[in-house]
Amino acid sequence: MNNPPDVTQDPKEYEEYAHGVHQHVKRYIMVGITLLAFTGITVALSYVDFGTRKANIGVAMLVATLKAGLVAAIFMHLAAEKRLIYRVLIFTGFFVLGLFWLTFLAWYNPVVR
Amino acid sequence: MEIPYTISTRPDTGLWNAKIGIWLFLASEVMLFGGLFSAYVFLRLDAGPGEWPHGLLNVPVGTMNTAILIMSSVTVVLAWAALKMRKYRAYWWYMLATIICGVIFLFVKLYYEWPQKFEHFGAFIKPEAREKYEQYLGNHRREEKGLEPRIEITGHLENREALKDPNAKEYEIGLDPVNAEPNNPFNDRPHFLYVPPTDHIAKIEKEDVERIDSFGPWHSAYFASYFTITGLHGAHVLGGVLVFLYMWLPVSKKVYQRNPEHLANRVEVSGLFWHFVDLIWIFVFPLFYLL
Repeated sequence: MNNPPDVTQDPKEYEEYAHGVHQHVKRYIMVGITLLAFTGITVALSYVDFGTRKANIGVAMLVATLKAGLVAAIFMHLAAEKRLIYRVLIFTGFFVLGLFWLTFLAWYNPVVR
Repeated sequence: MEIPYTISTRPDTGLWNAKIGIWLFLASEVMLFGGLFSAYVFLRLDAGPGEWPHGLLNVPVGTMNTAILIMSSVTVVLAWAALKMRKYRAYWWYMLATIICGVIFLFVKLYYEWPQKFEHFGAFIKPEAREKYEQYLGNHRREEKGLEPRIEITGHLENREALKDPNAKEYEIGLDPVNAEPNNPFNDRPHFLYVPPTDHIAKIEKEDVERIDSFGPWHSAYFASYFTITGLHGAHVLGGVLVFLYMWLPVSKKVYQRNPEHLANRVEVSGLFWHFVDLIWIFVFPLFYLL
């Protein structure tokens, strides 16, 4: 489980609950440090020549996607969410991919000035 | 009338209502930023050789702002966890840290990064006149090395009045290092640290210039997309800061005293928005600052 459980109303169980949240706090801090490290890596990699600019863009976007994935999975609790939220996001993903696909098509039929 | 399911979960969805609300909103935000990012891709793919600039933004400042936004994402999630543990005092401090991070981010953007652009000029040289300014463009060497040509001369415009004066025959530009020493291999790649314009002043005849203006949104497709995307992102940061300010003020303590879970849920929802804004920046930073 990714999310701390809802708070218990029973004071006896509360101590155990607080301990559970405390574990999550550690994880949030670790993810934060990882994200900061990845930011440094992104900057460093941009000064490495991967041959073509396209390759450099690819590498940077890969790292950015990893970082975004961490934010979404841990900070936004998407690693363990209710089904309805996934359904909403699947729809969104479908349409946003469609949007980028249209842009991709334009690459094969470029605007001529 | 009391709004239902702000604290307890609705049996059919398994969620409290605000959580569904914020995710629907974020879904629409994905489409909004998705449209702008696909415009960026479109413009960039369509840019001719030398038209898409590199290394114009200050990388250490951008990196610092990225780190600030990441840290604020951590503090907001810690603020929420503190509420879950019923530690209001800790919550108060984490929230304050988040607000300060957001304000620093905006301050750097609005008072440091953006205004500099409006003081920095670039003159696009007409293709037929580029040979004349070879000493500033260094295109012979670039062609040999298979690099994209330079098509503009940038720096500090010393005689700004020449922009409007029809009798002025030339522009005097305090050159950026890349134009002052165009054949120095050091200038082939973007610099990590910011390098200010040099003392070297170039005189560029007006009739050789296709277009000259400051690095505002009007300057190029790059700056148009830069200002649009970072501007909209900045507006989101401002919105987040205002919401957090409300959650931090004493008025929200009353909500906490009535039902701590209610405030925790509010913080969770606004935190989700904040993480999304952070997530967008994770893509904006490399696209505009590094690549």
